[in-house]
Amino acid sequence: MTSAATTTGTKSSGLSNKQRNLLSKVMVTGVAFLILLLFLAPLGYMFTTAIKSDTQMSDPNAPPFWPHSKVTFNYNGQELEILQVPMPNGSTQELAALQKTRTQTTFIDPQNPEAGEFVWEGNWRTLEAVYVPDAQWQNFQKAWTDLNFPLLFRNTLIIAIFGTFGAVASSVFVAYGFARFDFKGKNVLFTILIATIVLPIQATLVPTFILFSTIGWTNTFLPLIVPHYFANAYNVFLLRQYFLQIPRDLDEAAAIDGANPLRIFWSVILPQSVPALTAVILFHFFFAWNDFFAPLIYLVSKPELWPLSVGLQKFNALYGRQPNLIQAGALITLALPVVIFFLAQRVFMRGIVFSGVEK
Amino acid sequence: MAVKDQSSAAAAAPAAAVKPGRRAQTKQQEQTRWGLLFISPWIIGFLVFQLLPILATLVFSFTNYNPVQPENVQFIGAQNYVTMLTDSKVWKSLQVTITYALIAIPASFLFGLLLASLVNSIFLVGTGGFRTLFYATSMIPVVAAGVIWAGVANTQTGWINLFLSALGVANPPDWLNSTVWIYPLLVMIGLWGLGNLMLTLLAGMQGVPTEMYEAAMIDGAGGMRRFRSITIPLITPVIFYNLTLMIIGAFKYFDLAYVLKNGTGGPENATLFYALNFYKNSFEYNLMGYGSALAWVLFLITLALTAILFWSQSRWVYYAGDKRR
Repeated sequence: MTSAATTTGTKSSGLSNKQRNLLSKVMVTGVAFLILLLFLAPLGYMFTTAIKSDTQMSDPNAPPFWPHSKVTFNYNGQELEILQVPMPNGSTQELAALQKTRTQTTFIDPQNPEAGEFVWEGNWRTLEAVYVPDAQWQNFQKAWTDLNFPLLFRNTLIIAIFGTFGAVASSVFVAYGFARFDFKGKNVLFTILIATIVLPIQATLVPTFILFSTIGWTNTFLPLIVPHYFANAYNVFLLRQYFLQIPRDLDEAAAIDGANPLRIFWSVILPQSVPALTAVILFHFFFAWNDFFAPLIYLVSKPELWPLSVGLQKFNALYGRQPNLIQAGALITLALPVVIFFLAQRVFMRGIVFSGVEK
Repeated sequence: MAVKDQSSAAAAAPAAAVKPGRRAQTKQQEQTRWGLLFISPWIIGFLVFQLLPILATLVFSFTNYNPVQPENVQFIGAQNYVTMLTDSKVWKSLQVTITYALIAIPASFLFGLLLASLVNSIFLVGTGGFRTLFYATSMIPVVAAGVIWAGVANTQTGWINLFLSALGVANPPDWLNSTVWIYPLLVMIGLWGLGNLMLTLLAGMQGVPTEMYEAAMIDGAGGMRRFRSITIPLITPVIFYNLTLMIIGAFKYFDLAYVLKNGTGGPENATLFYALNFYKNSFEYNLMGYGSALAWVLFLITLALTAILFWSQSRWVYYAGDKRR
């Protein structure tokens, strides 16, 4: 884009460098803004849908974007719908429909109910209703209880926290082993470790499932937690790269003081690796929050153990008629990871680059 | 790469300094002992959760194992593999997977390059904010993303078709129920997860020495020319890495297909991805022997594709200083 922007300016005649620069800035930023707008538009859909009423969702004539509801008028204890009625003099007036039939409708004027009823000839269905903006904030509360979010959050957090602990603790050990010790076959083992990145989970799933079901672990959290206690390629790779950048002088100084490798690891390496550790913790936490396939396999017949991912999918499949609650549920589901991301974005994005580029 | 080399050099240096002989030998033994101790969690995990299960999958693939009646298990030779050859669902799932990959991968790279170039541009005002926001959608859990886009693609209330109608499109597609339009929809949802691609491409672009651009400008190379002849070749390692993950990813593609169509594989099997077909056979129809055969073929496919990609590397991937993995 740098390039595209400069070419716009090169051949134009009368512009000064400064003007060209400004023009490029406006164009590039404008394009980026437009793309961003399209990119984030589905979130706008999610949010506005989440606060729409059920009636608006099923009303094709309702305003499509912002939540609205029909204006009604309370007349002698009856909620009357207000319609836009064409008057004989050519204007339209907003009147409350008292009795609706296909050929004629009885209206009263909400501004002046004492004026009494009057009749309009024609099908009331051809008349447009009157809408006012009206956000249904209580939909979030409804989604919260209907999807049983407290339970889903509890399950997701258990899986995420215990899994993250194991994944990080084990990966830190393994990465230290690969980064600081020299032994026969190390390079072969490291290559195998990296190669496991492309190994599809499906290739190992059937025997693993049979194993877990034999020892009674299906329909428990264990298959979603325990396998992460044995390190994984992404984490080890990132941490090892990071450890390699820590100068060896410090370990050696500690070694001369009589510290064994475990002690060096604990008091020299780990304290200097906080950014890498944070990145790895975040990666696994998000992975666990996101994971759908494994919980579907191991917990599908145990709704009380479902994490958010499975709970939201099942709700979506069963309650397709309530898109507003589904979108409210989606918003609740994505809120925590997105907020954590915004808070920790720098360390997180650096971690991505670190594990993806520095190969 | 550079870092990796440095490690062995650094490790070799103190060892060489010590006189060869008994002391060096015990030092070496100690290194091995500690090294293996530290990596042992991975070795155990690799054996228990990867190597042995892969071999077990191969064994199961020659049986008719069914978890409902495990006692009736029998070896049936290569029967499962023969069945696969004539199973129209298998061929359909391969077709679906490849179709998706052929659309999604080029689209992802085009869009990823566009985003990376934008946030790399010196003319972009508010670079940090744009980068964060373009990345943020990658943090949305995949099920939530599927649910949101299923709504956005709804023919009545979804914003895509409202937008298309506003533009004057007479019959906007029924994205979720069309055997054709479901693919662009899946690709669009996939673009929401491009954060990692964008960031790694961006880092690659930032690693290109500015002198190269300056030299090319003196030679009169225009913007597109510089992008094609300098930027792209120099970021081929990043492209290679992401391409490998994406191709393998297509064969593992499951979550969104499952969420959008509730695991039915519809419309008319248009979302019956290879991994979904594997899931249905193994865990819905309980044909775990057959599922194992499907899994082993998947394993062989990924192995072959990875091998081809690595072999092709020398032809198009540029490594500065010509250092290879």
